[in-house]
Amino acid sequence: MRWLLKGGRVIDPSRDVDAVLDVLVEGDRIAAIGPDLAGPAQELDCRGKLVVPGLVDLRAHLGEPGREEAETVASATRAAAAGGFTALGARTATDPTIDDPALVAFVQDRARRSAAVRVYPLAALTKGRAGIELTEMGALRDAGAAAFSDDDRPVTNAGVLRRAMEYASMFDVPIMVHCEDPDLAGEGVMHEGFHSTIHGLRGIPGAAEEVLVARDLILAELTGARVHISHVTTARSVALIREAKRRGIRVTADVTPHHLILTDEDVQPDDARWKIRPPLRPWSDVEALREGLRDGTIDCIATDHMPHPPAGTELEFDQAPWGIIGLETALPIVLDRLVGTGALSLKAAVRAMSTNPARLLGAPGGTLELGAPADIAVIDPEAERVYDPAEGYSRSRNTPFAGWALRGWPVATMVAGRWVVQEGRVIG
Amino acid sequence: MGWAHRSLIRMRDLTAEDIVRILDTAAACKDIFRRAVKKLPTLRGQVMVNLFYEPSTRTRTSFELAGKWMSADVVNIAVPSSSVVKGESVTDTARTLAALGADIVVIRHPAAGVPAMLARSVGAAVINAGDGMHEHPTQALLDIFTIRECRGTLAGLHVLIVGDILHSRVARSNIWGLKRLGARVTVAGPPTLIPSGLERLGVGVSHDLDRVLPRADVVNVLRIQRERQTSGLFPSLREYTRLFGLTRERLQLLKPDALILHPGPANVGVEIDREVMDDPRARIEEQVTNGVAVRMAVLYLLMGGRQDAMVA
Repeated sequence: MRWLLKGGRVIDPSRDVDAVLDVLVEGDRIAAIGPDLAGPAQELDCRGKLVVPGLVDLRAHLGEPGREEAETVASATRAAAAGGFTALGARTATDPTIDDPALVAFVQDRARRSAAVRVYPLAALTKGRAGIELTEMGALRDAGAAAFSDDDRPVTNAGVLRRAMEYASMFDVPIMVHCEDPDLAGEGVMHEGFHSTIHGLRGIPGAAEEVLVARDLILAELTGARVHISHVTTARSVALIREAKRRGIRVTADVTPHHLILTDEDVQPDDARWKIRPPLRPWSDVEALREGLRDGTIDCIATDHMPHPPAGTELEFDQAPWGIIGLETALPIVLDRLVGTGALSLKAAVRAMSTNPARLLGAPGGTLELGAPADIAVIDPEAERVYDPAEGYSRSRNTPFAGWALRGWPVATMVAGRWVVQEGRVIG
Repeated sequence: MGWAHRSLIRMRDLTAEDIVRILDTAAACKDIFRRAVKKLPTLRGQVMVNLFYEPSTRTRTSFELAGKWMSADVVNIAVPSSSVVKGESVTDTARTLAALGADIVVIRHPAAGVPAMLARSVGAAVINAGDGMHEHPTQALLDIFTIRECRGTLAGLHVLIVGDILHSRVARSNIWGLKRLGARVTVAGPPTLIPSGLERLGVGVSHDLDRVLPRADVVNVLRIQRERQTSGLFPSLREYTRLFGLTRERLQLLKPDALILHPGPANVGVEIDREVMDDPRARIEEQVTNGVAVRMAVLYLLMGGRQDAMVA
């Protein structure tokens, strides 16, 4: 099958392209890219649309195994496809956690049978994500683990983390760390400050993140491991990472769409859809995150997609589970609230949502160069829609963005030369 | 002027006019105590449910009496925290209450935000009787009522709140109400028990009780929870008393016309001495009486009553 994507604005940061061009797809590959390409091929009129390499999410929770009431590989990957994603890193906070090659194989098997986009399983750094014993990283890597991550649990024992980094440094696989000191975070449920005080909710100071960012950067330098700092939220974390990069430490970092636009002032204490970890921070931190994204200190935007069934979001804030879904809103949020307001260039947005995360996971996408896999997202930058999670593909609806009017939505998604989304709807 | 609120969840939502309206109504209610027959027919045929997820004798009894004196049918549901299924849905509770035909739900819960969630999902009027570290509006109203009764007005008064401000819903509700009525508020306690951001509420912070006591018109002494010591927030009760207890010795620092309040129950000898509670400047028992009056007033206003009708 040959497809010709006609007349779209092609943005490919991997080759520094931003021009109106045609893209020819042959089989599962990109066969040609240039002005006024001709068939024979089936045509998709992309005039007025953006044509970008398919988005890649570093970290999404796919629900399998163990949390199928919240999400499945099938539902999460359809939500991802609808959101313009063509590849996902699968979070390890499953039940059981992905800490064994057989479980990596299980996720891959579920993906082969039911996924709409590519799935890259992450694997736990320590057995049971308990922070004590190392997992069989060699076997996990060979089974296909794209990165090692204890998901939302920090390795609190610095000695264990040092050994894990040292050991992992012989494989070219990144370690994703969650930086939150559990003693400083305590029983906190939102950022510690004026708003936690008036809501009577326990606070998590920015320092809970920053002390572990500092520690993990120092350990990265000591061990030479590839370290990736997940969901950075504070100005000081950004400054620490910037300084580490300047000194040549092999570190990368990401930020979520919600931490780039929401603050602790937005938190609704009687609505568990606002229980987000790490917590939403004040505006001064948000500004620093944006600056970090612009200057390349922060490499990627990752969703942290964390589905919960309604029984979870009906709980009181203290008891409710952490996290929100994000696959279907990540791109519209970034386009409307960051690109649309001039806070981020379109090219930087695509770089942070496709080029860089693909490189980090070692995924083949993230580029539209000749011969690359035909993983493509077509975006209508003018489309305006009010987001209703009930109309989405995720099994869960826990998001504070319900009812938001957003401009800029994906309309077509191609994975390996096959359309998985057309006219905004998932097909097949 | 009409009463706009269907429920009472937080002092933060009340205007100065709202608060004065409650205080005036409470004053009329207090007069009723002096009658031989205390009953008012206002809430006849209404079902009031006291739903307490935390143990409380004082507040629950106060609400119960207020409801009974207004002729409501009062049902007490005490849910011992040990038997609460962790993660029981507030929505499920709301459905149960609706099925019971509750018109008024008074709720105390260890988690902040639950009364607001309940108010959103039930038709009944909801009164927050304390939610976690968030708010306890009727306690603040009775404290403010007691101050106004003694001093005539709140405007310009300097109110000092002493103790564990961090975990205190009483402090938070008091701060909103006192500021709305024009009082100056200072809190005193160790830095580990003072939450961040209070300056944005226009509240002064002191860690030196002896320095601020002589300037206070009202001292509201908060109960200190013994378990705060084991969680490392201060080294010992003895040291707490030494630095922040309202002791017999410190009475001399107080203005002759200062008022001493305590929301109760007091840890005598820890945050407050017996002699201080017995001092003529203390209004601690009066607070209990005023609590019933204030809660009657709240019930009355929430259930659509008019103040002139009650006084008549």
